[in-house]
Amino acid sequence: MISIDIEKKLKAYRGEQVLKIEAQFETGSITKIYGPSGAGKSTFLKIIAGLIEPEYGKISVDDAVWLDTVLKTSLSPQKRKVGFVFQNYALFPNMTVQQHLEYVSDDAQWTNRLLTIGKLETFTSHKPEYLSGGQQQRLAILRAMAIRPKLMLMDEPFSALDPKMKSELIPGLKSIWDELGTTVLIVSHNPQELEGLTAREIYVESQ
Amino acid sequence: MDLTPIWLTLKLAAITTMILLIVGLPLAYWLSKGRSIAKIILEAIITMPLVLPPSVLGFYLLMAFSPKHGIGEWLHNTFDIQFVFSFKGLVLASVIYSMPFMIGPIKSALQQLPLSLSQASYTLGKSERETFIKVLLPNIRASMLTAAILTFAHTLGEFGVVLMIGGNIPGVTRVASIAVYDSVENMDYASANAYSLTLFCITFIMVISVFVFNKYKAKSPLE
Repeated sequence: MISIDIEKKLKAYRGEQVLKIEAQFETGSITKIYGPSGAGKSTFLKIIAGLIEPEYGKISVDDAVWLDTVLKTSLSPQKRKVGFVFQNYALFPNMTVQQHLEYVSDDAQWTNRLLTIGKLETFTSHKPEYLSGGQQQRLAILRAMAIRPKLMLMDEPFSALDPKMKSELIPGLKSIWDELGTTVLIVSHNPQELEGLTAREIYVESQ
Repeated sequence: MDLTPIWLTLKLAAITTMILLIVGLPLAYWLSKGRSIAKIILEAIITMPLVLPPSVLGFYLLMAFSPKHGIGEWLHNTFDIQFVFSFKGLVLASVIYSMPFMIGPIKSALQQLPLSLSQASYTLGKSERETFIKVLLPNIRASMLTAAILTFAHTLGEFGVVLMIGGNIPGVTRVASIAVYDSVENMDYASANAYSLTLFCITFIMVISVFVFNKYKAKSPLE
């Protein structure tokens, strides 16, 4: 069970807005997070990952406290070790597809399995600049999966995939999430983006 | 033409560039992360040699490291180290004088990398140090090369600061730029021309090589 109660001030065109979210997520569940642009959906994911500090907040995962602003406790992103898929992919330009996965895991069997799921087996020696948008996005997903995350945070993760590729990719991801008992939070604009995934929905809006 | 000043200049430039690579990389990384009063002040100090007359910097280094005053006296009495009128002094002065040429391009390149690159690495469990070495540095190689070559080339051309702290001791502190000045003073224009032409050619080749190496990475060697 992941329990989140956070409050973060966001800079907006006209003054400040406050992102306020209180929610619980069952272990192994998949949740879709949606809301208007600029509402703070990406910020919400980054707060959970430990990349942004909120003014007020408490995040606990099972019995572990990841963040408690009152007690001034905050685990580093390295210790939270969530699988994070960035909206801009954040791929490393100096690394090939294979090197991206080897940077995270030295288990060749595991990384080969991920490459198969993402259909990138024939592109292992390619650097990101030689991959299409869809291939880059799949690599970003596989890299995040390579750490065998218990919590997966995905920011618009399927936006560059065509429907066929997405329908082939999602069952593979789902089977791994089920295996690992991964809790998944997915930020998405597109109502059709998560077809094929049974997902609870949370609406985010800053005030 | 006596080649010693040329070799001495190349040796000085190589040592200065190596020291500044070792010191400059972590310093540029630290300066590239956020702003604080301490960082602004330090950056201003590092940038000063760009605008300060070299003789002024040389004068203060001469005063600071003179074996008869302050730090210089302490170094001389405690460790028997003397910076003034020695090759060590030239290295110290060159490191300070050329520092902005190493720090500037590297800091700027690090700031231009998307923040999400290091963030992605942190979420994968990697430390700041590992992220710096394996993710950030490989992606600013072109700028590192530019910084190293600019530092080397700038050190070749130093005159005022090295003359002030090193003087003109043949085989010890008489670098090529001082040899040019010395030759002109002695009306030996042939030697002055030989030293000048050698420096011109070395510098030209270095600048051209930055253009060639960075052909696909940058539009200008100054980027």
